[in-house]
Amino acid sequence: MVDRRHFIKKSAGSLAALGGLVLLQRSGLAAAIGTEELTTLDALPGKEALIKQTYRPPNYETPINYFDAPFTPNKRFFVRYHNAVIPEVKIDEWRLRIGGDAVRTPLELSLEQLRKDFKQVEIAALCLCSGNRRGLFQPPVPGVQWGSGAMGNALWRGVRLKDVLAGAGIDKSALEVSLDGADSGVHKTTPDFVKSLPLAKALDENTLIAFEMNGEPLPHWNGYPARLIIPGWTATYWIKHLIAINVLSKPFDGFWMKTAYRIPKDRFPSGQFSSQETEAAMPITEIVVNSLITNLADGQTLPNAKSIEINGIAWDGGNGIARVDVSTNGGSNWHQATLKQDYGRFSWRQWHWVFEPKHPGTYRIMARATSHSGTSQPLEPIPNPSGYHHNAVQKITIQLV
Amino acid sequence: MRTLLLLLSFFAATATAGESQIFLKDRPGKNQVVAQCAMCHSLDYIILHTPILDRTGWEKTVAKMINSMGASINDADKQIIIDYLAQNYGK
Ligand code: HEC
Repeated sequence: MVDRRHFIKKSAGSLAALGGLVLLQRSGLAAAIGTEELTTLDALPGKEALIKQTYRPPNYETPINYFDAPFTPNKRFFVRYHNAVIPEVKIDEWRLRIGGDAVRTPLELSLEQLRKDFKQVEIAALCLCSGNRRGLFQPPVPGVQWGSGAMGNALWRGVRLKDVLAGAGIDKSALEVSLDGADSGVHKTTPDFVKSLPLAKALDENTLIAFEMNGEPLPHWNGYPARLIIPGWTATYWIKHLIAINVLSKPFDGFWMKTAYRIPKDRFPSGQFSSQETEAAMPITEIVVNSLITNLADGQTLPNAKSIEINGIAWDGGNGIARVDVSTNGGSNWHQATLKQDYGRFSWRQWHWVFEPKHPGTYRIMARATSHSGTSQPLEPIPNPSGYHHNAVQKITIQLV
Repeated sequence: MRTLLLLLSFFAATATAGESQIFLKDRPGKNQVVAQCAMCHSLDYIILHTPILDRTGWEKTVAKMINSMGASINDADKQIIIDYLAQNYGK
């Protein structure tokens, strides 16, 4: 048996190593089992400690106190894989191949060519796992039981996918563009993680093949040497260790498009991906409006003070955040928060509000974001079989003593 | 545990030290589970689903591993595995 004391000590050690306040969000799972010990902090090679969900393939989320900043440090950026064979790419051998039945001249590019032959651009964008907060759904649904940390905001530098595709020439029969990374399943029989985009999204000027993140080469676990960036869409399309791009005249029919990452059509706005829709379901695409309090944790006790700073972030799929409202009494009254610097419509937006409590006590803090399209967060998450798009207004309780 | 250690050394490239700290309950059926379910991913995937899957849920999950994820598990082992999971890691 695992030595429990050793385990706890180890976790406490890595907790201390994180320095400062660590907000370990009680996931629905931890609550259900009635234990906090399930939270294991662990550092992957080259990374700093993150909250471990699964070891192999590595699924690790960021403790939310690291979100109290405009950009998420690379070493604390979340890691998500479906399949466990993850080769360390050797840059001299790495090639990006552009092909498919709807391409004119197939291409093969080295990283050097990718960097030099196309115009470089940089964009601030939120990378958000479709299943972020899955662990908060009640009743729970199978899948990695993410808390709020399967996301991060970064500055991505790379070249436009549309420029690279223009280099190869797109046939007029083109319908979708499929994307494959170097990772694969342990068994040949396991579906490789391949995704596709509708042609319009592949040609969007914001869709990039990125090789840098926050001014540094992509970390191995975040897709070295190059990954897709699809600002405004969930991270399932942001293929890492990119090796193949195929322009296709027919809908791509792999498992991760046809069966996984799908949502019922009747509950969410249009998906902009008609070639992959069936009567009842469509692929998850655009990020929904959402927000998170980043400097306070549920159940936290604080000394009473004249003023208490409440910080957070808010985001959506690219309309931009119009306002954030904060309540300190469980939603009876709302106050408009101040939005901080705008890094562009695909970046998250920091906000803050100063709470002036009249007396010590228990306070129910809530935050609700509204986008420029006028959409705001629901009070309850919208149920769906795979637990995607959890964007319910967050409610936390703090004690002032 | 022998099988798991063997598997882990086989997948040394991706297995981290932490994975060797995962131990499933020592009950009948464990050997089959370790042999069949640690090939493609670590066994924390199983523990993570304890509060979520009941017997029917585990039946569906094992069927998904076979039908969608490409696991090849014979019917006898499949039944032993489902019983073990439902009894030891069931909701
Ligand atoms: C041939 C490879 C393979 C084998 C063998 C395998 N799995 Fe999986 N399993 C996967 C893949 C791939 C995923 C998806 C992982 C992800 O997305 O993080 C998965 C996911 C899971 C999940 C998460 C929930 C879900 O529905 O996706 C559970 C639980 C699970 N497996 C249990 C098992 C059990 C129990 C066994 C043994 C009977 C098993 N697996 C054997 C490939 C496999």
